[in-house]
Amino acid sequence: MIVELDGLSRHFVVRRPTGRFRREKRVVRAVDGISFTVAAGECVGYIGANGAGKSTTIKMLTGILVPTSGRVRVTGLEPVRQRRELARRIGVVFGQRSQLWWDLPLAESFRLLAAIHRLEPAVARARLDRCVDLLDLAAFLDTPVRQLSLGQRMRGEVTAALLHAPRLLLLDEPTVGLDIVSKEALRAFLTEERRVAGTTILLTTHDLSDIERLSDRVVVVDSGRVVHTGGLAGLAAAAGVDRVLVVDLAEPAPPLEGVPGTRFLSAEAGGLRQHLALTGSAAAAVAAVSARVELRDLTIAEPDIESVVRRLYHRAAATRPAGS
Amino acid sequence: MSAAVLPSPRAAAALVRAGFRRYASYRAATLAGAVTNTFFGVVKLSILFAAADAAGGAVAGYDRAALSTYTWVAQGMIAVVVLFGGAELAERVRTGDVVIDLGRPVHPVAVWLAEDLGRAGQACLVRFFGPLAFGGLVFGLSVPRQPATVPLFVVSAVLAVVVSFSCRLLVNLVAFWLLDVRGVLSVYMVASNVLSGLIVPIAFFPGWLQGLARATPFPALVQVPVDIAVERVTGTDALLALAGQAAWAVGLLAAAVWTLHRGTRRLVVQGG
Repeated sequence: MIVELDGLSRHFVVRRPTGRFRREKRVVRAVDGISFTVAAGECVGYIGANGAGKSTTIKMLTGILVPTSGRVRVTGLEPVRQRRELARRIGVVFGQRSQLWWDLPLAESFRLLAAIHRLEPAVARARLDRCVDLLDLAAFLDTPVRQLSLGQRMRGEVTAALLHAPRLLLLDEPTVGLDIVSKEALRAFLTEERRVAGTTILLTTHDLSDIERLSDRVVVVDSGRVVHTGGLAGLAAAAGVDRVLVVDLAEPAPPLEGVPGTRFLSAEAGGLRQHLALTGSAAAAVAAVSARVELRDLTIAEPDIESVVRRLYHRAAATRPAGS
Repeated sequence: MSAAVLPSPRAAAALVRAGFRRYASYRAATLAGAVTNTFFGVVKLSILFAAADAAGGAVAGYDRAALSTYTWVAQGMIAVVVLFGGAELAERVRTGDVVIDLGRPVHPVAVWLAEDLGRAGQACLVRFFGPLAFGGLVFGLSVPRQPATVPLFVVSAVLAVVVSFSCRLLVNLVAFWLLDVRGVLSVYMVASNVLSGLIVPIAFFPGWLQGLARATPFPALVQVPVDIAVERVTGTDALLALAGQAAWAVGLLAAAVWTLHRGTRRLVVQGG
């Protein structure tokens, strides 16, 4: 196992003034007894709403944050005690922070990281060349990091995290703020990296398509607890949350019942706009609809992670025996 | 710190170079700083000359040539040992970016020190030699009589940078406990400016204040290297002065490493 968590918890004590002199102590259970494992070569999506405890878990996995209780092992090491040794085996990307040297050209950060990780220059060169090639970095290697666009910088961050060929790559919101093209480029690269190097990936994200494109399995957390683990085939379906096809028609039409691959949800404006839950492929559904009526416009509303997590959580709460 | 957590010589050299190049990219700021330090050097030296003339040619053993050298070396040291302090690391603690430094396979204090040595090297080029050259051309400097003076000064200046680094690091690490270090930083600025001997030489102070200053690491930042440069302290005394600086450097570095360790234990990473 590359990652093993057993009853891992982290509580924070928050002090809040309640009067002129009095302060109230409140314990926040950011992570509250989380257990799961990640096997070598797997890609696991670690998802949950804001404040669910994802980043806190990542920080405990890297050994930066001391757990309140429970056991955690990463690549067989104990993160807090063996933090620097572990740093040689894992790569981390925090989507909202930078590990690059802000005032220096991007290439300089890679040279520094190669030296810090004691890589043989030839080995570092080969790995860097591959990333430069696949992530298209050549055009801005000599640009100071502070002048890079977010998309360029994220490609730099991922390269920086992979330069020392880590066994485990931890990605904390790697696509946050990226445009569609940059997101796609990054996902394609990570898929390729897994295929070639067999790197294990644990990723947190708010973007369901990151999960669909990259991970084999998901762990869903809410309020510091695991509410769902398993394959992601039909994660949204499991949660009872559908993708919704919204069609605007040229003329009002009766409810579009019985279109293959859909389930009729509702109609507006006397049937000018209709909502259909997608149960199969969107393309087939659109074709089937346009065979019946004339389409003026259409949109597909993806379920957001918050609603998936909320549904899963409520379901878990409903099936949990009372008092536990 | 075991050897494994220290950067390899190659990494250390690369980090020093990175520190050097980082600050080299702010040319306008460097030039503006050098001009400011030179301007205040002229003001300070005029007052010191007036004082020396009134006192019959020398004050507390500093004659006009020694006062000129004192002034221009001290003005040059301002940027090298960052006498006005900085809150860069405290800012990284406040925003949570310090997790990046803690997540590297080498000890963060070693990385920061290497980068700071590079920064100091860069500061030498314009911020140290600029005011010194101006002072030499306009006011004249005392020329060292002993060949050992220049190498002794160089060692002393490097030790001054390490002492300064450790002091600034300790002040910044307070951010683990108080998120806003501005108050601590102002106290540090006043103390370091006065007690380092930047404003006037420590020998001008009344006896009790001299005693107080010498009980702090601040003279190691400016007064000790300057006194070696003007050859007020020579031979065995100079070596003893270097030993004193080295002791502060080691002691404060150890204190900073320990403080960082304590700080990370209670770390609440800001900003998720």
